[in-house]
Amino acid sequence: MTLTAFFFYLFAILAVISATLVITAKNPVHGVLYLIVTFFNAAGLFVLLGAEFLAMLLVVVYVGAVAVLFLFVVMMLDVDFAELRAGFIKNAPVGLMVGGVVLVELIAMFAVYGFDLGQAKQLAAAMPAPGAGISNTKALGLLLYTKYVYFFQGAGLVLLVAMIGAIVLTLRHKEGVRRQSISAQVNRNPKTAMEVVKVAPGQAIVPSAEAQR
Amino acid sequence: MLRSIIEWLNGLALLPDWLGWVWWLLVYAVASLAVLVGLLVIIAFLLLMDRKVWAAVQMRRGPNVVGPFGLLQSFADLLKFVFKEPLIPAGADKGVFLLAPLATATFALAAWAVIPLDENSWGKWVISDLNVGILYLLAISSLGVYGIIMGGWASNSKYPFMGSLRSAAQMVSYEVSIGLVIITVLLLVGSLNLTDIVNAQKTGLGTRVGLPGSVLDWHWLALFPMFVVFFISALAETNRPPFDLPEAESELVAGFMVEYASTPYLLFMLGEYVAIVTMCAMTTILFLGGWLPPLDVAPLNWVPGIFWFIAKATFVFFMFAMVKAMVPRYRYDQLMRLGWKVFLPLSLVMVVLVAAAVHFGGLA
Repeated sequence: MTLTAFFFYLFAILAVISATLVITAKNPVHGVLYLIVTFFNAAGLFVLLGAEFLAMLLVVVYVGAVAVLFLFVVMMLDVDFAELRAGFIKNAPVGLMVGGVVLVELIAMFAVYGFDLGQAKQLAAAMPAPGAGISNTKALGLLLYTKYVYFFQGAGLVLLVAMIGAIVLTLRHKEGVRRQSISAQVNRNPKTAMEVVKVAPGQAIVPSAEAQR
Repeated sequence: MLRSIIEWLNGLALLPDWLGWVWWLLVYAVASLAVLVGLLVIIAFLLLMDRKVWAAVQMRRGPNVVGPFGLLQSFADLLKFVFKEPLIPAGADKGVFLLAPLATATFALAAWAVIPLDENSWGKWVISDLNVGILYLLAISSLGVYGIIMGGWASNSKYPFMGSLRSAAQMVSYEVSIGLVIITVLLLVGSLNLTDIVNAQKTGLGTRVGLPGSVLDWHWLALFPMFVVFFISALAETNRPPFDLPEAESELVAGFMVEYASTPYLLFMLGEYVAIVTMCAMTTILFLGGWLPPLDVAPLNWVPGIFWFIAKATFVFFMFAMVKAMVPRYRYDQLMRLGWKVFLPLSLVMVVLVAAAVHFGGLA
């Protein structure tokens, strides 16, 4: 028990510190690296909760793929740090205002409606008993593919639409670009690829259009 | 095995209960150290084997000066790296520059926490018997990209940066097909636990044709196309030739490692080879029956399982080395085409086929 508590505080403190560093880091690449540390600690907290499947998914999806793309984009950006700092004084009042409005809204919401955990627990699906021999991966699968199957499929469709959208937006067909066609290369044979030409002395050879390709 | 050791130690009641977890910590530390040392010694010799195989294919002798047959070459290299001066370029981001090789080596070694080496009457020979072991391996192997991308960026130099960008795109691409291949295996097994995956290979195709407990039972035969896809993807994921684009000498000097010297370079090398051996172990567990003997008959099943495990992993490593020696390097667009246009559709179709076979044919 003491060990669990120790690791909880370790992960929690590290997560909060690195999350703070994400926004205070001057170099955006360092910011993304701190974000990755935050993800790791969140995964550690999931493991402590006994949700190791979620923890691994967090690492595979967020750390292994999403954060890599963040890092990609941030590294490729040409960020001028001096310019960023010069804009700070000018932008600070606007930022403070937006932050203040959100804070007031949050306070108002919790003050008026409260935070009723009991209701949330009623909506949640029943947890399998710890001794039932069902791992949390299986429990999650049983729930996702039965009770929430339409939501699950709907989420899949949303992702499909997003993927097709990204492809449509970035796909360009340039004219005049010579592309490699593997099947054409494999299907070449001596008959189509070679021709025997009799060369008369003092004459140039003009290859046929077929051979030039 | 660890659990039974801990229970035995606790049963001795040498210490008060609240010190039980000190035992727990100590046993795990000793087990981790044993795996670490064993792994590093094996890797030292695998490195030599890699170079010897490469040399033999090219009809050279390979390293043959240090020790008998050059057996101590890797240790000589280690000393050389350690005693050289670590150079840090003036424009480099010092912290990230030094963190990158450390991250590579640490993540690569962390994978070995879940790899089961054997299972016998003493229990499971594994440090941590996670019930999502295969996902952990996938997660850890996908983290290898960070060392490379951080090293390339922090070097503040053109070749390393280009090498790291290439590598990141390559590793993210091939992870997709590795993930789908793992799904096909999981469909047959029905568990994410690595020990369960090996034990599921005790029965399979071989049992159906009348050779129970044999080499035909393992997944390599039932999932042969996936075995090939996994092997090639493993080459790409670990930046092995013919997919070593991140460090293509002819165009990028040494890719993301250009600015590294001495111990940081050693850590990169170590991380790379540990990742390769991890992939060999993963191939062994997923497709080659882990520690199971090739035939469940008298002289073969007397041999300890860990011997079979190491023999199979070494065989996969030998295939890695032969590919390095024989196949010319891919061009970058061909690499991407192979990953996205060949392996991804193929493995997606196989997931559907295997799922159908499991559901309707009762193959599992």
